[in-house]
Order: sequence, then structure tokens, then C-alpha cells
Amino acid sequence: MSATDTPKRSMRTPLGRVRNLGAAHSGTSDFWRQRITGVAMTLLMIPVLVIIMMLLGRNQVGAAQILSSIPVAVILLLFIFASAWHMKIGMQVVIEDYVHNEKLKLVSIMLNNFFSVAVALASTYAILKLSSGV
Amino acid sequence: MVEFALPKNSKITGGKTWPKPAGATEVREFKVYRWNPDDGKNPSVDTYYVDTNDCGPMVLDGLIWIKNHIDPSLTFRRSCREGVCGSCAMNIDGQNTLACTRSMHDVKDGAVKVNPLPHQPVVKDLVPDLTNFYAQYASVEPWLKTTSPTPQKEWRQTHEDREKLDGLYECILCACCSTSCPSYWWNSERYLGPAALLQANRWVSDSRDEATGERLDNLEDPFRLYRCHTIMNCAKACPKGLNPAEAIAELKLKMVERQI
Repeated sequence: MSATDTPKRSMRTPLGRVRNLGAAHSGTSDFWRQRITGVAMTLLMIPVLVIIMMLLGRNQVGAAQILSSIPVAVILLLFIFASAWHMKIGMQVVIEDYVHNEKLKLVSIMLNNFFSVAVALASTYAILKLSSGV
Repeated sequence: MVEFALPKNSKITGGKTWPKPAGATEVREFKVYRWNPDDGKNPSVDTYYVDTNDCGPMVLDGLIWIKNHIDPSLTFRRSCREGVCGSCAMNIDGQNTLACTRSMHDVKDGAVKVNPLPHQPVVKDLVPDLTNFYAQYASVEPWLKTTSPTPQKEWRQTHEDREKLDGLYECILCACCSTSCPSYWWNSERYLGPAALLQANRWVSDSRDEATGERLDNLEDPFRLYRCHTIMNCAKACPKGLNPAEAIAELKLKMVERQI
């Protein structure tokens, strides 16, 4: 970028621009939750793979039979919960990195939240429905 | 969205090839980024041939030789020529480093390619505008902050506490790390960057400082601190062998530590 491309934003001092609106005093929770969900998914990965392999080739009745086991249903629910949360935080980071238009950023983050919650709820509903045999 | 392409007036076009020095038996080709704010032209890459028998071994020696013998208009910053001041930071053969400590013989194939530090406004040729970088450094308030009465002699510190500053105090603020960081490229207005955060950790880690919490408060922000995604370009680029990514990880750890 050459000097002529520097946008003439304002006459604020460089330090004033850097300080801008101040620190948000947030971010650590998301950072920590991303690690927690990452570790949780790593731990749950093997049992989830085993469950998926057990489900392979079975019809709905067979699948419902496996999912009626409480540990199986709980493992899948935990995995869904951890991965949806991880996905939400990860996608938000990508949006914050690359989307610089403030309105588009807000809309994208909102849609990301909706999508993650929808995926998590739909998956939870499906697992609960199958495991309860309804 | 982030701009991945260069603006039209920053695209590199052509460049002049300067004649080889008369009578030189061994020459090294230099391809140097040129941009003059006064002529209204796009940047170019000029080709020079340096007489290596008449010149020191470092890339900075080559640039000074070019300036003295071929093209006095070539503009770059330099001062100490021994890796202490950080003035001659530039991108050499695709790597941000100091021209004074990088041997031109370490650049293996073809020409020595010299560009200004990436993704910063250019003042002229190899001189980047580091105003924002310095303001970010100022924003971490890099000085000892205390409320206790000042002791008659110095503020005391154990050897162990002093050792915690090793790997932090050596930073010369050359900007090689920050300008090599993709997160800094995309969000340099809000992300403080590896250099400023390493300096922030230097003061957060200082046992004599009494404003640790206040300093962490000032950093706790999704953009100021948490844009670091541990890409590690900073550690690879640092000409002093420091690890800003580790310093940032320590800051994040302290943020978590005070919440849990």
C-alpha cells in the first residue's frame, strides 16, 4: 500500500485512533470456551465414531434401539453441544477477521448465532426423538 | 471485506535496470522496490548490480553501495548497522528481517529481492510509515507504573523475577513481527500486533509494576489481543530470535488465570 492510499479518516492523533472506544473487557470467555469445547470434542471423538460405526447399515428401528441407551444419547448430545458451540465461536472469529463492514459484520454474526443454535437444537431434537422411541 | 488485492496505484509496474558496474569481476543482482510519492507513478522494481568485491557482506552494505555508487535517490532507513536499532527492517527475499544482519550470501538463488515491510503505507522506496505501529506501542504504556512511595534507591527485584523479563526486554521495535502477521495485515487498526503485545507482556510480567490488572484490563478485547491465532510468523520473522507468539499466549493465560 502506498502512502497515497492511506484513507483520510479524521484529524485524530494516532494514539487517539488506537485507543478508539477502549477495550471491550471481553473475549477471554470465548477464548476459554473454544478451548473447553475443543478438548471436549477431542475426548468425545472416539466414542462418537464408535457409535456412528454401530449405526452404519441399520434402519431407523435399529438406530433407535442403540440411541435408547442413556450413555450413547448423552455422548451424542454432549458432542452436538460442544461442536455447535465451537463452530459458533470459530465462525465468529473468521467473520471478525475478514468482514470489515460494520453492518455486514453484525448481520453475519447474528446469522451465525441463529445457524449454530438451529443446528444444535435440530440435532438435539433428533437424538432425543430417536432415543425416546417416539 | 478485507482487501486481498493491492489498490490500483500500488500495483508494481516495470522498473529500470541499471548498468553493471564497470570493471567489476563479481556482481550480485539486487531487485529493489521503488516508489516516489512525488512523481505520481506506480511502484516499480529496479534492478541493480553490486560489486561484491567493493562492498560488505550484508544486504544493508549492498543498499548503501547502490546509494553511494549507482543511485543516490534510493531511500531507506538505517542507523546502527549491527542489529540494535531496528531501523533497517525490510522484506528481504520474502522474509521480514534487518538488512544489516542478513548476509546477501544467505539469499541463495538469483537476485536479492528487497521490498519495504509488508502491508504498511510507504513513505518512499523502502521506508514504511510506522505511525500506527508506534502509537500501538504507546498505547500499552511501556513504563513502570506504581502507587507505592518511590524507594530512596531503585525498585528492587529478585533474580528470578528479573529472569521473567528475558526474551521480552530485547525487543528493538523493528516491526518485522507485526508486519509479517496476517492478522495484523487484516486488522491493524484494532489488533495491537505481536510487537506491542510482547511489550505489553514485558510490563505485565515485571514484578516491580503495580498496574498489572489495569494493563490486562486494557488488553482484554476481542481485537486488541484475541486476533492472534498463533500463526507464528512473528516468531519466524523476529531478527532477535524472540517469540512474540509465546508472549501473547502468556497474556491469554493470565487473562484466563484471573477469571478461573
